[in-house]
Amino acid sequence: MIDVVMLTVVGVLMALAIGLVVKYFGAKADPLAEKLGELMPGANCGGCGFAGCGDYANAMATGKAKPGNCPSMSDDTLKKICELLGVQAEKGEPKVAVVCCSGDDHHTTRVAFYNGVNDCLNAMMVAGGAKGCTYGCLGLGSCARACPFGAIEILPTHVAKVHPDLCKGCGKCVSVCPRKVIKLVPRAAAAVNVYCNSPEKAPVKKKVCSGGCIGCRKCMKAAGENQILINGFLASVNYENPPAESVTEVCPMKCLRKAD
Amino acid sequence: MREYLLLIVGAVLVNNFVLSRILGICPFLGVSKRLETALGMGGAVIFVMTLSGLVTSLCNKFLLVPLHLEYMRTILFILVIAALVQIVEVLLQRFSLTLYKALGIYLPLITTNCAVLGSAIICATEDAFKGAIFKSTVFCSASAVGFALALVLFASVRERLELSRIPRSFQGPSIALVTAGILALAFSGFAGLGA
Repeated sequence: MIDVVMLTVVGVLMALAIGLVVKYFGAKADPLAEKLGELMPGANCGGCGFAGCGDYANAMATGKAKPGNCPSMSDDTLKKICELLGVQAEKGEPKVAVVCCSGDDHHTTRVAFYNGVNDCLNAMMVAGGAKGCTYGCLGLGSCARACPFGAIEILPTHVAKVHPDLCKGCGKCVSVCPRKVIKLVPRAAAAVNVYCNSPEKAPVKKKVCSGGCIGCRKCMKAAGENQILINGFLASVNYENPPAESVTEVCPMKCLRKAD
Repeated sequence: MREYLLLIVGAVLVNNFVLSRILGICPFLGVSKRLETALGMGGAVIFVMTLSGLVTSLCNKFLLVPLHLEYMRTILFILVIAALVQIVEVLLQRFSLTLYKALGIYLPLITTNCAVLGSAIICATEDAFKGAIFKSTVFCSASAVGFALALVLFASVRERLELSRIPRSFQGPSIALVTAGILALAFSGFAGLGA
């Protein structure tokens, strides 16, 4: 009995001591940073390049960072923050994440049965994962777990899918994906994307995936000049000069698709 | 005087916390990649361990022993050390921002360092320290210096390892652990020097 009492008493005393010290000796937080911190979205996604919302608010308050780097902030909040700081609002170009892979269970082959840790990096370390293509989505959902907005879904066919309406373009999934198959692209130009990430030659690709880009250049010819770029056997959309949606009809592999 | 000299040499070199008692290995491997961070961590550990040695030996003498609650030692010491570090952190932030920034993240991290708890428990259990508060504090302080010494030595070695050609299978943590073992062997040469 006495042990419980003693520990409780000491614990309460320590808590009181900490509380009193903080109250009377605690460093005063910057009031501006505090106000900014309340306005921040609080998702701590790291899209601004700082460790979290509080860190970014501090940096803005001390003039080390400009507002507008936050991908998940609404325009209203940005306006308020700019008023507090007394600067002009300039928002960075909104982005969206795209999983550049068509390798779901219907398209890509499975070379192994993986029942290890449910994490993409782990799977990749075991002989490169279970799928035939070593460039595509592993489908174990490391990105979905990293996403602070719940915008990524792992389809039952084992491929990741980004919901663009939920995605804020913070880039957390991009940094966590061991295959680098997720790309951050300008939201305004993301209507058409190439859903393949493999730089392999077409015959090699075809052996493991029936949905990969074979570099046939049909899309390049169908689109306007400089709208589709071909690098080896992999086409990619030029997001500075995006093609019309109709160009997707020519793709024989159906890997140049409208954003879904 | 002689007694304290022996105590200090014993704690720093002979019974080095890291290399002979194998305590505090996590920060020893974790923050020894660069000499700069090793120095910061070493400073923070010396600071916290001296303070916690003083406070825990006071707790032991005036709280645990009179109440016959020696078996509550571990949990009470953890509680006291954690609270103490929190208070020190707040005070540092207010009164010495330079020191606060120099110690940085290491200060709160040390709260759960087993070397800190280990030194407190050694002071509370070994007969040589029974109730001797000043002696316990000196011992804790010297142990922390030993920890810092091992950390700085190891960091310097690891900085040089970065530049040397290491077989691929040995790169990273493997060669670090091998080095730590050799360092511990070297320190065993001090056996018999101190108390």
